[in-house]
Amino acid sequence: MEINEFVANFANQFEDTDASEITAATEFKTLDEWSSLLALAVIAMADEEYEVTLKGDDIRNATTVEDIFNVVKSRKQ
Amino acid sequence: MAFLAINNVKISGMAACVPSTNDSISEVYKWNGADNFLSTTGIKARRRSKPDQTTSDLCYAAAERLINDLGWEKAEIDALVFVTQTPDYISPATSPILQQRLGLPSTCYTLDISLGCSGWVYAMSVISSLMQNGTIRKGLLLAGDTIVKVCSPEDKSTFPLFGDAGTATALEYNENVSPINYVFNTDGEGYDAIIIPDGGYRNPITENSLKYIEEGDGIRRTPVHVILDGMSVFSFGITKAPKSVKQLAEHFDIDLDSVDLFTFHQANMMMNEKIRKKLKLPEEKVPYSMDEFANTSCASIPLTLVTREACKLRNGKLRHVACGFGVGLSWGSAYFETNRICVPDLIEI
Repeated sequence: MEINEFVANFANQFEDTDASEITAATEFKTLDEWSSLLALAVIAMADEEYEVTLKGDDIRNATTVEDIFNVVKSRKQ
Repeated sequence: MAFLAINNVKISGMAACVPSTNDSISEVYKWNGADNFLSTTGIKARRRSKPDQTTSDLCYAAAERLINDLGWEKAEIDALVFVTQTPDYISPATSPILQQRLGLPSTCYTLDISLGCSGWVYAMSVISSLMQNGTIRKGLLLAGDTIVKVCSPEDKSTFPLFGDAGTATALEYNENVSPINYVFNTDGEGYDAIIIPDGGYRNPITENSLKYIEEGDGIRRTPVHVILDGMSVFSFGITKAPKSVKQLAEHFDIDLDSVDLFTFHQANMMMNEKIRKKLKLPEEKVPYSMDEFANTSCASIPLTLVTREACKLRNGKLRHVACGFGVGLSWGSAYFETNRICVPDLIEI
């Protein structure tokens, strides 16, 4: 599982935020567009692309995109 | 595995009743991002019960109309199962109150079931199991909730999502019908994903139960209001509901292409569309009513059938799959057939 691909998939969930603004180190909750509804889109993306179930606490406990990537990666294995 | 095949029971009719008070969600949603909320959840309106109106009032009205339209003698009704999260009292159960109010005989079996969004499917398994050997020939399943009453008006994660409704489903013993097939699951690890913390006996009511707590991000509520972990419930719904329908189809060898209607619990459009697409179901076979009535808990499956598919139900023979999923966490799916059943128009009180 590639982090670059995951970051691209993560960035794809945003409409108004330019993909170039989102990297593995991005603290996604600080983005203007971040919302509880966007969190649902990220959960759906993890389910569709990686068949991984993310729970509310996984999102709440994460700060950066890489944090989410690490959760998905650990469950994928 | 909790697979059940119940013979000799048919659905004879279905009715639904909603409060006449209509809320437009664009007016209810006082936080930022109303447009986004509306387009993501697909919820545009909901019905809200009056302060003195309970779930049993809504179910009573639905049951009275259905019994009347079916032409049933009340003395013949031997079972009443009531499923709700919002009963009249903590004690006694509400089903005896409904038995008396509806004028059903004292020979009637009554039972309350405490389940939410999976409740109609679960309660169908209970009442059809009771009726399968023919000693109980007519039964009523009443399913409903007034969840808006337990949502904090200052909680954006619950208040705009739910609506109130009550329903009645009439069942009869009949040896010439196809079996009703079920599959059920439970995951109590998620018991707190949807919870009202105070007011039971784990956390009895104290003065603090009525004090508002600021949770941030548009959420202010007391411990007697419902808490919804929307993210966990979303991932639960999009994974478990499709799996449940697949389990049902595989175990009972059901050809999903031959099914006419797939009626899911009405959670929200984003979740329900994910479920539909995962199962590759055509839009025209998957009715939605959340646009008009929001998430009505255990009433949502019969309410959707009554308000969206009444013509088909009244005039044709249909194969159905229904799937409920939610608080517990609890989920289940059912396969059943209907043949020109009685469906009164939606009742408003």
